[in-house]
Amino acid sequence: MTTETKPSSYRIKGATGDWEVVIGLEVHAQITSNAKLFSGASTAFGAEPNSQVSFVDVAMPGMLPVPNIECVKQAVRTGLAINAEIHRWSRFDRKNYFYADLPQGYQISQLYHPIVGEGSVTVTTDEGAKTIGVERIHIEQDAGKLMHDQHPTMSYVDLNRSGVALMEIVSKPEMRSPQEAGEYVRKLRQLVRYIGSCDGNMEQGSMRADVNVSVRKPGEKFGTRTETKNVNSVRFIQQVVEIEARRQVDVIEAGGTIVQETRLFDPEKGVTRSMRSKEDAHDYRYFPDPDLLPLILTEDFISECKASLPELPDAKRARFTETMAITPYNAEVLTADVETAHWFEALLAQGIDGKAAANWVTGELFGALNRLGRDISDSPVSPAQAAELLNLVGNGTLSGSMAKAVFEKMLEAGESAGTIVEREGLRQTSDTGAIDAAIAAILAVNTDKVAEFRAGKEALFGFFVGQTMKAMAGRANPKIINERLRELLAAA
Amino acid sequence: MSDITNLGIAAIRDGVRDGAFSAREVASAFIEKVAAAKALNAFVIETPDHVLAAADAADAARVAGGLKPMSGVPIGMKDLFCTKGVATTAASHILEGFIPPYESTVSAKLWDAGAGMLGKLNMDQFAMGSSNETSAFGNVISPWRRAGGCNAALAPGGSSGGSSAAISARLCPAATGTDTGGSIRQPAAFTGICGIKPTYGRCSRWGVVAFASSLDQAGAMARDVRDCAIMLETMAGFDVKDSTSLDLSVPKWEAALSSDLRGKRVGIPREYRVDNMSAEIDALWQRGIAWVNDAGAEVVEVSLPHTKYALPAYYIIAPAEASSNLARYDGVRYGLRELPVGAGLQDMYAATRAAGFGPEVKRRIMIGAYVLSAGFYEAYFTQASKVRSLIARDFDDAWKSCDLLLTPTAPSAAFALGEKSADPLAMYLNDVFTVPSSLAGLPAMSVPGGLDGQGLPLGLQIIGKAFDEQGVLNACLAIEERAAFTARPQAWW
Amino acid sequence: MSVNSATVRKIASLARIAVTDDQVAAMVPELNNILGWIEQLGEVDTSAVEPMTVVIPNKLRLRDDIVTDGNIRDAILANAPASECGFFAVPKVIE
Ligand SMILES: [Mg+2]
Ligand SMILES: [Zn+2]
Repeated sequence: MTTETKPSSYRIKGATGDWEVVIGLEVHAQITSNAKLFSGASTAFGAEPNSQVSFVDVAMPGMLPVPNIECVKQAVRTGLAINAEIHRWSRFDRKNYFYADLPQGYQISQLYHPIVGEGSVTVTTDEGAKTIGVERIHIEQDAGKLMHDQHPTMSYVDLNRSGVALMEIVSKPEMRSPQEAGEYVRKLRQLVRYIGSCDGNMEQGSMRADVNVSVRKPGEKFGTRTETKNVNSVRFIQQVVEIEARRQVDVIEAGGTIVQETRLFDPEKGVTRSMRSKEDAHDYRYFPDPDLLPLILTEDFISECKASLPELPDAKRARFTETMAITPYNAEVLTADVETAHWFEALLAQGIDGKAAANWVTGELFGALNRLGRDISDSPVSPAQAAELLNLVGNGTLSGSMAKAVFEKMLEAGESAGTIVEREGLRQTSDTGAIDAAIAAILAVNTDKVAEFRAGKEALFGFFVGQTMKAMAGRANPKIINERLRELLAAA
Repeated sequence: MSDITNLGIAAIRDGVRDGAFSAREVASAFIEKVAAAKALNAFVIETPDHVLAAADAADAARVAGGLKPMSGVPIGMKDLFCTKGVATTAASHILEGFIPPYESTVSAKLWDAGAGMLGKLNMDQFAMGSSNETSAFGNVISPWRRAGGCNAALAPGGSSGGSSAAISARLCPAATGTDTGGSIRQPAAFTGICGIKPTYGRCSRWGVVAFASSLDQAGAMARDVRDCAIMLETMAGFDVKDSTSLDLSVPKWEAALSSDLRGKRVGIPREYRVDNMSAEIDALWQRGIAWVNDAGAEVVEVSLPHTKYALPAYYIIAPAEASSNLARYDGVRYGLRELPVGAGLQDMYAATRAAGFGPEVKRRIMIGAYVLSAGFYEAYFTQASKVRSLIARDFDDAWKSCDLLLTPTAPSAAFALGEKSADPLAMYLNDVFTVPSSLAGLPAMSVPGGLDGQGLPLGLQIIGKAFDEQGVLNACLAIEERAAFTARPQAWW
Repeated sequence: MSVNSATVRKIASLARIAVTDDQVAAMVPELNNILGWIEQLGEVDTSAVEPMTVVIPNKLRLRDDIVTDGNIRDAILANAPASECGFFAVPKVIE
């Protein structure tokens, strides 16, 4: 696959003209696993400080790392999901620096030989589809957590996160607008959630990005970049791009130069600032970790990873539109998030027609969830319950409007559609005798309108339908009303 | 029984089993010897309770049945092994007060086999040194003295100098050692005892304070070859907690001991005949050649062309790994913390490490940080790793024409304390014969070969193929039988 | 390649070892002596050689994804020079 870099029209207006922004993202995604990358301590979120820590994680003398197979698998699966090259031979390196959240004095990472090589991700923006190159994915350890606000003169160290497995997904510097950066992260998040390699929870820090930004005059060579660390929402990532690009343009146009440095984003003030604490951390003295042997993947292992991949969102979307005549818009919405897709497919599994199911989910269900402020993962209605309702529409028991009313009652009472229909006698009638009688009465009192209709005023047909439905208290099968009206209007 | 403390592992084990004496008698005798030998400074901590508890368990097992391979045998533990509930310092101030809440795999195996601990043995700080002069707790004094009434204090070798001094002074029958570039073999040679470093990966590194991970190997030190075999059999074995551990069963080395070398070819590496080799070392080497020949081996000359580059490669790789391994000593989670008034985190690190590490440790950390730093990594570290490949290849080539190699262990007998400590480079050159096999991860052993003109012990080294500890032990046994080394230091302490 | 006092200071700072002027002055010739000796490695033609990656032939083993450790906070903190409320405590860090 070739990486097309479609020109983006996004520009920073400067005194000296337009500037183009160049963005590369290093996305850290916490690998979903029970235990840490190199120790048997738990990865669960929110435990008591320093309770999920082993002697390995606290870097006691003589402790040694042993890698977790699940973390390796998940990194490989993620690589496969972005069509990346999987390296049969990789190894772990040490990145050396001193910080209180880094007990070993080094982070075990993969610099020289990452487990996953080049791949790509295709995103859609207002300017169309664009393929963003991924340089690599490597596995590394997370650091611990420092708390600064609990004591006047001390910081507190919690090592629960120390040693949790991360995938670092490094893009090529191929994004050119905040929107592209945002869509790229959304797409990665969608993918890792689909395959289950990361929960994608940005608030809890399961996914965060180092945002590399530089500016240049269009067509010129890359400028010096800055790296804004640990940005933890799509909105913030886009903000960082805007703010940092603006700042750089201002600095350059004022005659200054950009320093390659790490910066921190302050969302409250809406600024980025230089990180003093990482000032001299540039010389990491990477070298192969002598406690670990090279990581060699067999073809069988890779095949297993491949076989374990679910249908990915792009393929799913295509299948929905091509085999079920679901509209492209609905297909996009239904595949955007793995939870929605699973819910929808559970509904299809009940034998519901795809197009009808899609319309109902994107219309009725999403509308209801929106009103209730709930996610599909805690929808008050299960796919089986929804199927029951839709089947009642499909077999003519309920009209569309009746179904809406029943659905409301389902949301309120948590009862099944069948129960509600039985109790309230909400059954659509297809009894032609009753319908014919209702029509005859309406035609009798509206002889003038009947005449007008027969004279060619077709628009009146709707009037007759409405009146009949009203007379039937909304419970007549609209299809039959239509048929009978046509016949009786013609016959009379 | 005249003096139990003259006995080795096998004799103590068999004596306890046969009821010739009780394990408690053995433990008490050694405890007394240790307590009376403070002048040697071989122990940093004495643990009589530990050894007595093991002795009582052994005596009970003798009655009830269930004696284990080392029941009733008291040993010394190099202070590089983390011992649960017993202070572990690596002979550095930076670990002062550190009490591990865990037991290293190797020490745990020894205790499981019935051995007891007399105490933690002094050593070169973080195992960096060849004379035991870098310990934060004072020099270990060799029990040996030069003949002719010269009382100059001699080096017991290093870094396992507490181990070597204690064994040769009969303070313990055996002790653990660790060997990164010769730290078992050189002190063994200096004190007239045996010491074996097994194949890299035979002994778990879990719970052993790391110096240079790709080189560190635990091994056994004792007064004879059989005792080394018994002890190593107990220490070795696969450990899932060490990713570099070898998943192999431990051979019955003691049972398979044989000094019959017929059918074996012993190689004499030409490049080990270094320029300024002393006549005495050369003569020792010639005697060794005659002995293995006498034991039935065919002696062949071989070449290890990259030998001269082993030391400089070692002094890049080991410090590089050490500079990273020792980054964890930062005053945050254990050990020393130096916090000058008003100091921030990074100042605290720098002050703690300045106060906690000795000069040699700092020197190696500095060299290591330098050779890994931006712009130098390729020229130093990568080049050294390539040279290391060449050195390993040299050995592979040699194995085409021989099964074992015979060399001197060290270029000289023990030197006086202070004699080389001002010149790091001169000190490093002490490891010239031991470092190449360390770089290649091969098993190697030092066995006493005789005394020099000043009455000091000299050692011969046997290097074997990977996994062939048996071949190494057998060749050393053949030398041991012929050298008939019985000299021992006269107690002055 | 030889080091001067500025380089020695830089390395000491990278390695987080506080050094005095006297120590720096002493280290310059000492390190140069060692580095000069090490540099003989440059003589070796290694153009066709791969760096050693494994000392003794062996495979990296991977462990199963099972929680086997943790919930030992007392042991984790037992040796800490300063700990409070279940945390390690360090001088306040300004990020
Ligand atoms: Mg980064
Ligand atoms: Zn990273």
